[in-house]
This record gives sequence, C-alpha cells and structure tokens, in this order.
Amino acid sequence: MPRVVFTQNLQRHVECPPTDVDGATVRDVLDAVFATNQRARGYVLDEHGAVRKHMIVFVNGTMIRDRVCLGDPVPGDATVYVMQALSGG
Amino acid sequence: MSNRILVGTRKGLFTVERTGTAQAPWAIARPSFLAEHAIMTLADRRDGSLYAVLHHGHFGTKMHRSVDDGATWQEIGVPAYPECPPGQEHQDMWGRKIEWKLDRVWALEAGGADEPGVLWCGTLPGGLFRSSDHGATWQLVESLWHNPLRKEWMGGGADLPGIHSICVDPRDSKHVTIGISCGGVWVTRDGGATWRCRADGIWSAYTPPEEKENPNLQDVHRVVQCPSQPDCLWTQHHNGIFRSTNGAETWQDVSHLTSISPTSFGFAVAVHPRDPQSAWFVPGVKDEHRLPPNGKVVVARTRDGGQSYELLRHGLPQHHAYDLTYRHGLDIDETGDRLAFGSTTGSLWVTENQGDSWQCVSEHLPPIYCVRFA
Repeated sequence: MPRVVFTQNLQRHVECPPTDVDGATVRDVLDAVFATNQRARGYVLDEHGAVRKHMIVFVNGTMIRDRVCLGDPVPGDATVYVMQALSGG
Repeated sequence: MSNRILVGTRKGLFTVERTGTAQAPWAIARPSFLAEHAIMTLADRRDGSLYAVLHHGHFGTKMHRSVDDGATWQEIGVPAYPECPPGQEHQDMWGRKIEWKLDRVWALEAGGADEPGVLWCGTLPGGLFRSSDHGATWQLVESLWHNPLRKEWMGGGADLPGIHSICVDPRDSKHVTIGISCGGVWVTRDGGATWRCRADGIWSAYTPPEEKENPNLQDVHRVVQCPSQPDCLWTQHHNGIFRSTNGAETWQDVSHLTSISPTSFGFAVAVHPRDPQSAWFVPGVKDEHRLPPNGKVVVARTRDGGQSYELLRHGLPQHHAYDLTYRHGLDIDETGDRLAFGSTTGSLWVTENQGDSWQCVSEHLPPIYCVRFA
C-alpha cells in the first residue's frame, strides 16, 4: 500500500502524519488522504485540484509530471513525498 | 476612540496597544502568526471579530478569524474561483493566459450594520467575493467577473489586476464602491447584481493621450469614503489626488493645487470620519522612484477638500529616511483624531492630534502591508 509523507513545514499549519492509503495514481492517493484531512487539501492543491505552484510531489524520488490531473502512476509499494519547492521562498 | 491597532507585516500580525505611559504611549502587545505574511486584517466592529489573511509562499492564501480578541484563531474559508469555461479564456497584457485562481487577497471589509456576517473580499486577478457567514464560505460576484470590461483591467503594482478598496455605504449596504488597480472605480447600488465604472474626471499620465480619460484604465491606488457623508470619496491615484462629492458619479482633480513637493504620488489616503473636507496622504516621489521626498517622511493633510495641503513632519524622520507606505498602510480611527501609518522598512507611527505630531512605535517591525485601528 502506498505511503504519503508530507513536508515537515506543513505540520506547522495542519497536522499531516504519514499515511498509508490505497490508490494507483497520485490523484487517488492524495484524494484518499484528504478524504480524512480536508484542511490539508487546500495547502497542497489549488481550488481546481492542481498542485500549488510552489509545491512539488515525488513518487519514489521522481518528480511527478502531471501537476494538473495528477495522473502519474503510484506503485503499490511507493512512497509519495509532498514537498515545498524552493521557488516559493 | 481606538486604543488598539492591528499591523499586518511580512512576518506576522502585530497587535499594538495604547499604554498611556509617557515613555511609550503605544507599544507592541503581541505578535500573531509570527513568520507568516499577514497581508490583510480586519476588525469587524459589528461583532468584535478579528480577521487575518495569510499569504503562504507555498501553501496558498488562508484566512483566520478570532472571536476572543486575538487570543485564539480559527481557520475559515477562502475565496475560490470557479473553473474557467471553454471559450472564456483571456490573456493579460503580456499575452499570458489569466488563470481563474486566487492569486492574492488585497481587500477585506465588513458589510453593512444591517447584514451581520457579511464580508467583502477583493482579490487578484480581479475577482470580488462576498461571504454571508463570517467568511466560512465565499461566493464570487459573477456579475462583475463576467462584465466584458473586466477583461480590459491591467496589473498595477502587480502582474495581475486587483481589487484593493471596498467601501460599503453606511446608509445602504447594497451600495458598494470598489477601487481597482488598474480598473478605475466601480459602483453597485443593488448589492452586486449590476455594476458601473465610475471614474469620470480621473485622468492618467501613463497611457496614450486618447486613453487618458478612459475610466476603466485608471490606477486608483486607494479609495476611501467618508462614513458620515458617504457621497464624498477620495482616491490617491497613480498620478494625482481626486475627490468626488457625488458618490463617484464624477471626480475632481485636487492635486494640481497641492503644495506637496515634488509630486502627489503615493498609495495611501485616509478621510476624516465626520469631516469630508479633511484627508491625509503619505506622499512619495513619483513612480520611477517611490521614495519619501528628499529622504524626509511627511504626511500631507488637507482641511479644505484639497484646495490646499500642509506637510506634517513633527516626530517623523527628516534625514535619510526611505520609508514607503503602501495603500493599506494608513488608517484613521472613528474619532478622526488618531491616525497610524506603517512603512516598507518596518516603521510605525501614531498621532493623537490629527497629525500635528507623531510618535514612533517601532522602527524595527518587518515590512508593513496594512495598518488598521481595532
């Protein structure tokens, strides 16, 4: 089952512990996390569900390519990291 | 009489309170949201609520509300744009697609006394939002967003156009006047159902001659309304000071008579709550410089509707001072005696005598975005 891990800096605003969830794409796993942590959604995704400009998402260390539809595949044993981009300051 | 000031800064929201002591009549009482961009704040006099708008570099814009004088804060809703329908896309002045997404909150105001819980919020890229539940949820004012003239708005001070001023008529809560950089002044008299651009008489020095008086291209830096005589409005514009005495139907240029040297450039304006003839400005050298004139921080005050101005400097730095005051960085309290303003270099000053003399509260705050009496 994939594990989703959030940047420590996000914990200052909303608690986001590492979470194991089902899903085959980035959209699947993030939706699964946000289903039980609604506040966190708006910190990572914009109002249309795309990754915020200065956030980045990695799947097993590889940066995702689809930041709008979040269609990048997520293997069953993957770790998905939701990080800050240094472009955000 | 207000004994408290909320100061939104690059590194948090600071509460400043009047101590009454001779050494430090006003002092910082506490920070909130330390290290965060506190880009806007509001003290809602109808119910005592405080609001703070945070602009996180990574995590987007978030809004918070306190119902216990700032002791604790609860995150509330934030304006959200709808998806752009096919065929509705348009480009900015550089040909880039304007995304229907919240870029920044630039104005937050309470609705009328007869509509508790109503808030208005101005944003970049130009959407106006209204909440009827203390900010828990927000609705885009679609009548304005879908007005074809809205697509002519340009960025002013930012890449994207934005609504920075919202004036709710105390006599009629459905009568709302807003200011846009750059989109002039717009007025609704039916609670936002319909809008008209009302900047006749305002002119621009930054457009080709044939567009000089285009009301929809005016860069009104800030618009304020006299609470006791709401037909009287003032604006500090990009290249002058203008005043309306008929509810924004027409505007008069009252900067050409100014004694402000060397120009009447600036961002902020405050109007006396009972005397519409009296207004205050924090002038700077015009747009290519944006510095205090001759390195001296001054406040300009008119008491005769802009026929003449006096420069107030007692208590303000007069030697190598490079403080700039942004559009929300000046406020006046409900008595009209107390004003406060803050600068980009973290200085905060307060007067208790309409600007005759100023007290420095701090020279070491983070860059100040907004100052509001609470």
